[in-house]
Amino acid sequence: MLLAFDTATPAVTVALHDGERVVASSTTVDAMRHGELLAPAIQAVLDETWVPRQDVTAIAVGVGPGPFTGLRVGLVTARTLAAVLDIPVYGVCTLDVLAAQAVDQGTVDGPFLVATDARRKEVYWASYDEEGRRLDGPHVSRPGDVATDGPVVGRGALLYPDAFPRAVAPEHPDARWLAQVVTDERAELLDPEPLYLRRPDAATPGKPKKVS
Amino acid sequence: MRSSWARHNDRVTPPTEQPLVLGIETSCDETGVGIVRGHTLLADAVASSVDEHARFGGVVPEVASRAHLEAMVPTIERACETAGIGMHDVDAVAVTSGPGLAGALLVGVAAAKALAIGLGKPLYGVNHLAAHVAVDQLEHGPLPEPCIAMLVSGGHSSLLRVSDVTTDVVPMGQTIDDAAGEAFDKVARLLGLPFPGGPHIDREARSGSSVAIDFPRGLTSRRDLERHRFDFSFSGLKTAVARWVEAREASGEPVPVADVAASFQEAVCDVLTRKAIDAAAADGIQDILIGGGVAANSRLRGMAEERAAARGIRVRVPRPGLCTDNGAMVAALGSELVSRGRQPSMLDLPADSSMPVTLVTA
Ligand SMILES: Nc1ncnc2c1ncn2[C@@H]1O[C@H](COP(=O)(O)OP(=O)(O)OP(=O)(O)O)[C@@H](O)[C@H]1O
Repeated sequence: MLLAFDTATPAVTVALHDGERVVASSTTVDAMRHGELLAPAIQAVLDETWVPRQDVTAIAVGVGPGPFTGLRVGLVTARTLAAVLDIPVYGVCTLDVLAAQAVDQGTVDGPFLVATDARRKEVYWASYDEEGRRLDGPHVSRPGDVATDGPVVGRGALLYPDAFPRAVAPEHPDARWLAQVVTDERAELLDPEPLYLRRPDAATPGKPKKVS
Repeated sequence: MRSSWARHNDRVTPPTEQPLVLGIETSCDETGVGIVRGHTLLADAVASSVDEHARFGGVVPEVASRAHLEAMVPTIERACETAGIGMHDVDAVAVTSGPGLAGALLVGVAAAKALAIGLGKPLYGVNHLAAHVAVDQLEHGPLPEPCIAMLVSGGHSSLLRVSDVTTDVVPMGQTIDDAAGEAFDKVARLLGLPFPGGPHIDREARSGSSVAIDFPRGLTSRRDLERHRFDFSFSGLKTAVARWVEAREASGEPVPVADVAASFQEAVCDVLTRKAIDAAAADGIQDILIGGGVAANSRLRGMAEERAAARGIRVRVPRPGLCTDNGAMVAALGSELVSRGRQPSMLDLPADSSMPVTLVTA
């Protein structure tokens, strides 16, 4: 039983996969409440399927790139759960999951980009071939510096239509695909380390009252 | 949410005298994991990113958050090892849910939730300040209630009336500008001492004269006392020290670091102890408890004990290692919440960077 989740974008997405198929999933889009939403969503997918937590045999987590605060919620949850349950934890680049979704859903039919919101007027991006294999990236850049007329998957395209006129679905990653690509051994497995791509000094300071 | 969550706890911990509680603290730059059984401290593991912040002269939130993520699981494992327990022995998980740096708090809160889910045990989100009070029971046994708690750290300077550390904490006063520890750190910087400056001032002061320079005592004039009887102000003091040092440098004379440190420290401790004793006396309270990083200050301890004794008031100060931010204090408060039968938190517990002191749990 594989538990998969990703918090590297505004979506808090969780799925449980039994080796054959996804048996439960939950996705909520709320850029500011990852910390509040993730744990109840994990508990909910376990409850819904009556899967005792001890039956979870591995965890897959999106390692970004993505806004740091939300990204860390997923990573620390994955690492801690894996330690308590004494099971392995696999990291997957969040942009790769979006690419797999696009290929499986047939929204792309040739090479394409995936771009997500990196805030501060930048995007996280990577380029892929028609089968969803990563060719370049992930990087963080100004949209204008990587502008293309080709298809662009992910929210970055919707945010910057001037640079990315051909936005295609999906907008956010879905943990059902994360679980599937890991189960199918289609994903490049990484350590559960965050892909920050920016140094901490460059982080925008800010102290909202409640964040995720 | 609560009912579904409770249903899946293997066992909602019944009120018990000696619960085994794991506490997580990540409100600032220290990743702390403590384990207690009742009032007994079993482990207090701390990983600090203070060295990474030192070159900035203060805590950089993003640096702290990154360090918390890296340190979290190793620190939990180290604490369990020291305590000689398996994670699965834990009866409840407590975590600082505020106040503090938002991004830093969130790492601890998310980890605590993962632990609670993974163990099937209740989660308690607790107030950092109340935890600074509760920690004393690990050293001196059951808390005196009611008591006046004076919390003095790099981020806080407050006087609290604590009638029940799990439900009833009322602020009497607080700093209107800098926190006491902040003043220590800024003055240390002026004197060219390393960050964090408190311990260095403490050390320098030992060879200096506390009456060498007459620095101002903030909010102690009769007029200020009318409106700010239990409040503190340290920014005027800091400025006075800066002026004094500048004048000295301008005149080409060497700055007597030890004397400045001792006189500054004397001014801070004088105001802190005076107001704490006044607060206790005003409410007819017999016990003062001092917590937070500045409680490690040797002069503050000495002066508080001496002055309180003269008024028939008892003073309790935990040992320095328990005064600074740590996981044991969170576990200590968690243990008290469990044994007094308080409600656990829900899994959607937010990290609240400005959690009010009156809210002991969230
Ligand atoms: N011996 C001492 N004398 C004076 N100040 C001290 C001493 N030891 C530590 N401090 C001060 O205590 C502060 C650190 O306190 P603490 O460890 O409670 O951390 P904090 O992050 O400031 O805490 P909080 O989050 O509770 O505000 C620093 O400002 C430090 O200079």
